[in-house]
Amino acid sequence: MGDAAPVLAIRDLRIEYPLADGGAFVAVEGASLAIQPGEIHALVGESGAGKTTIGNAVLGLIEKPGRIAAGSILIDGKPFVSGDPNGEVRLGRDIGAVFQDPMTSLNPLFTVESQLVETILAHRPMGRRAARDRALELLRSVGIPEPERRLGAYPHQLSGGQRQRVVIAAALACQPRLLVADEPTTALDVSIQAQILDLLRDLADTQGIGILLVTHNMGVVAQIADRVTIMHRGAIVESGPTAQVLRQPQADYARALIAAVPRIDVRLDRFPMLDGVNHQKAARARGAFRGKLPGTVGESAPAGEPGAPLLEVRNLTVDYQAAGWLPGVARKGFRAVDDVSFSIMPGEVFGLVGESGCGKTTIANVVAGLRRPTGGTVRFRGAAIAGEGSAGWTVRSRRAIQMIFQDPYSSLNARMRVGSILSEPILFYRLAATRDEARRDVETLIEAVGMDADAAGRFPHAFSGGQRQRLSIARALGARPTLIVCDEPTSSLDVSIQAQILNLLKDLRDATGLTLLLISHDLAVVRQMCDRVAVMKSGKLVETAAAETLFTAPEHPYTRDLLALVPTLDHVRGEPR
Amino acid sequence: MIRVVLERLAQAVLVLLAVSAVSFAMFRYVGDPVAAMSREGASLQEKAELRQSLGLDRPVLVQYGAFLQRTLKGDWGISYRNQQPVTKLLADRLPATLELVLMATLLSLSLGIPLGVVCALRPDGIVARLIQAVSLIGISTPTFVTGIVLILVFAVTLGWLPSFGRGPTVDLGWWTTGLLTLGGLKALVLPAITLALYQLTLIMRLVRSELIDVLSTDYIRFAKARGLPSRYIHYRLALRNALMPVITVTGLQVGSLIAFAIVTETVFQWPGMGLLFIQAVSFADVPVMAAYLLFVGLIFVIINSVVDLLYAVVDPRLRVRAG
Amino acid sequence: MKRPGRMPVSVALACLAALVIIGVAAFAPLLAPYDPTNLKSFNLIDAELPPRFSADGDPRFILGTDNQGRDLFSTMLYGARVSIAIGGGAVLVASTIGVLLGLLAGYLGGWVDALIMRVGDVILSLPTILLALLVAGIARVLFPAASGAEWAPVILIAAIAIHEWVQYARTVRAATMVESERDYVRAVKVIGLPAHRIMLRHILPNVMGPVLVIATINLAAAVLTEATLSFLGVGMPPTYPSLGTLIRIGNEFVFSGIWWIALFPALLLVVLVLAVNVVGDWLRDRFNPKLRGR
Repeated sequence: MGDAAPVLAIRDLRIEYPLADGGAFVAVEGASLAIQPGEIHALVGESGAGKTTIGNAVLGLIEKPGRIAAGSILIDGKPFVSGDPNGEVRLGRDIGAVFQDPMTSLNPLFTVESQLVETILAHRPMGRRAARDRALELLRSVGIPEPERRLGAYPHQLSGGQRQRVVIAAALACQPRLLVADEPTTALDVSIQAQILDLLRDLADTQGIGILLVTHNMGVVAQIADRVTIMHRGAIVESGPTAQVLRQPQADYARALIAAVPRIDVRLDRFPMLDGVNHQKAARARGAFRGKLPGTVGESAPAGEPGAPLLEVRNLTVDYQAAGWLPGVARKGFRAVDDVSFSIMPGEVFGLVGESGCGKTTIANVVAGLRRPTGGTVRFRGAAIAGEGSAGWTVRSRRAIQMIFQDPYSSLNARMRVGSILSEPILFYRLAATRDEARRDVETLIEAVGMDADAAGRFPHAFSGGQRQRLSIARALGARPTLIVCDEPTSSLDVSIQAQILNLLKDLRDATGLTLLLISHDLAVVRQMCDRVAVMKSGKLVETAAAETLFTAPEHPYTRDLLALVPTLDHVRGEPR
Repeated sequence: MIRVVLERLAQAVLVLLAVSAVSFAMFRYVGDPVAAMSREGASLQEKAELRQSLGLDRPVLVQYGAFLQRTLKGDWGISYRNQQPVTKLLADRLPATLELVLMATLLSLSLGIPLGVVCALRPDGIVARLIQAVSLIGISTPTFVTGIVLILVFAVTLGWLPSFGRGPTVDLGWWTTGLLTLGGLKALVLPAITLALYQLTLIMRLVRSELIDVLSTDYIRFAKARGLPSRYIHYRLALRNALMPVITVTGLQVGSLIAFAIVTETVFQWPGMGLLFIQAVSFADVPVMAAYLLFVGLIFVIINSVVDLLYAVVDPRLRVRAG
Repeated sequence: MKRPGRMPVSVALACLAALVIIGVAAFAPLLAPYDPTNLKSFNLIDAELPPRFSADGDPRFILGTDNQGRDLFSTMLYGARVSIAIGGGAVLVASTIGVLLGLLAGYLGGWVDALIMRVGDVILSLPTILLALLVAGIARVLFPAASGAEWAPVILIAAIAIHEWVQYARTVRAATMVESERDYVRAVKVIGLPAHRIMLRHILPNVMGPVLVIATINLAAAVLTEATLSFLGVGMPPTYPSLGTLIRIGNEFVFSGIWWIALFPALLLVVLVLAVNVVGDWLRDRFNPKLRGR
């Protein structure tokens, strides 16, 4: 395509946010890139890298008071002046945009037809009837079933995938040369993500649209991008054809980033990470802490004969019911978990995977005692702790099962110091004789998760997401548990931080022999962590198998579909299969 | 849809039952109805007879049932003060209050919405800041002070408008209106402005904050990214979303307008229900107080049920979930 | 981007004004030239004297005198003291009840929630001022002593708080429901902490932000409601007037050209309420991240 003018040419872009003290925060510095017609160009990086800022700059939608301080953005060789209704390049006509969340991108009060037709009429003088025909044609072209019927629908009547298709249709309304897609599949499930990615690829191939794809997901990049640009702290660190960048990254940061992406095809012992943690000190602290775990000192060893499961879930069923307006008047509910059975052996890492809404988090909540089951039993060391025939939770079973959570920003109480947060379980379970001993235990715990003991005196907001997740793990360890339920522990973290946390969980398990129940939607993470895996779909368990078996020879068609649809680095676009 | 309607009706009936229970309890237990209703120097015999004829010797629940029956039939008791049926007293005063409240609502909506939009679209502009500042003074000034100031300026000093009463009214059968005579309209101006002012600032501030919220949503950002003209985005897309809560609040506020009419009517000696009520309070005329309470509860419940149902019709999300 | 932490000049001024008025009112017995509650300190001969700066003013009385010959300035200071005490009392009572019930409703859910919220619905179906008038009116019938100076403030506080707690309860309930689903609360539930400890130690501090905002705005509203009740004649008695009572007294004389009895107390009331409202508004905007910096 060498000679054709690029649909997007960014040269030496610098974007600043003025600060109150007169200086400026530089969000993007010296960025240049070009996109040819029919090309998908991925812009990747971790949070704060500046990738979304560039996407917004191309759309002329930089949030005030941010501004383009230097450099140029040319669309089809022509400058784009945002807000100029008579400019040569117009937003919506020459540039289309797709945002992350299809749930919020459409106005809930207007029909699909109205939102599409108004967009068409804003740029093309034509009659309403002609515009309606064009809208219909657009819906067909993005593959929406029964487009006639969908025209009259309101956004809430469509599924997430359909909404994102409508969003794409609206972006394509006037056949733009360039589409800016900002994390277009991040809010979607794997199967729908695959469909939307196919659609984008198809648009580039058949209509020659150039696409700037802003994403954090390397698998997505590998699957559909022709070229990729990696950003770090506002600067471009590496750029080139996708296969070349992903297979032979040159820059240190690019290499580290790609190495941190969990792979679905092989299981690694650890991620090769530089995380700035003093591993010797951490290992020493873990050793010191190990002596306090049950089964090693004092307390009675786990009951039951050898070979008995630690946790046994039998025919578990959970129904949700919305509260009614009056006391006692419940509304019709839905079944979140339907007749699920599995067991976890001591020392095992057990994975529970499935798409959003499949009921995996509900199971985590039941096992951790946050929710009562509707039917079935949960047994811990042979004793029923929840469901039929259970005597209810005791302080002891509470202590033995702890949990770590998805969102590190909400899992620590912002109004308490880290020290008090971490000592709460220790004091509540009377695991320390004195407050002084509890304080020392807390310091050991903080060191065991690879941080400095002086963290105890600070509030959570002083720490990054990864550090908070470490502290959250330390809190769970403080109860000296036997089983830790990990509910999507890394899904809101950047990929390099995810690798660090997964490494930490592995180290902890190796040092203490803890049993883990890992809930995740990410098959690659599960592959890296788990000994055995159960796959869930719509409240039911479809398959339980040893991890190796599941990933190499999946039995259930749903498992096979999932494995086939996940975008991974196994195969990179541009490489021969 | 039917489910929503039924649920809303059940809710309305429950609120009304609760209000009527309070109203009944007031009538029955606040002060002694027998002492208040028997003539001066009545004998014990007479009092006992009255007690029996009022049914005060029966069990409380039976009395409440009888009270509800009478209420539904329109018999809301006899005023202690002038021995007239309360229903008639209220009916005589109703048109004055409703005309005042209606006028104030129209005034506050027709000014409040545009002012709120101006403030939201250019939040840092001089006009917006000015409106904001004035609105703060507006919600900080008690209704009666506004009324007194208006009277001082426009009635006492300038002599343009009357300072009290309703002016000449026209009798339309059971409704007397002040809207058909010039004098009646003139008399309405100051009380309506006084009553509307607080409401106006409330609506203006609500429209402003709702619109600012809506303008920062993803769907407005996406509308901008589609290149829609900003006039269309602001006035057709965003305003519609922003006005949804305004419907609810306006409904909720009609009840409090009727209540605030008590103050306005006191300041302007406006012959409405509020004036009747405040006189009842100072003379301990419990049946009138109880009836007024029931009446305001009724109006409130009717208006808000209608608003909720209206909402279900306007908002497609509710419309379909209901169906 | 405005720095969110910095206080604009107007808000700083309002803060200052509110603090000065509250401070002066609190120390009224020390600062006022006369004691209007002491019958011996004033004389009917001095009644209705205009302010000192007008043509026939009396140098003894800065802002003139009221219809009983009391020094208006002193009476206003004492009146502001009464108004603020009742407003503050109502806010204190309403917020304590509302926060506790809101925590219970939001955390426990189920029938506790339904019961509290339905009672709240019924109360909210009656406007503040009507409910307050009813409570004050009923209290006068049931306890004739209620209109006296000792009991009137208690009745007024109850009359205002009976309506206002619902707003706190609703806000705290909604916030509690959100916080209960957040991971830090799930974490302490997993530990097995007792419910009261989770509510008071973990959730309460995290829902106090909006409560403080409402409390500020409600203080202004409560002072206004008290003034309105007193103006309507069911509040503080003329022997121990609040600002509202003074305006009520003054209103009877406005048309005869004796404007100061109503005007000065009204001015003080508006300035006080305005100052508190400006601060409350600023707190609310600061608290709502969507409006921040606008």
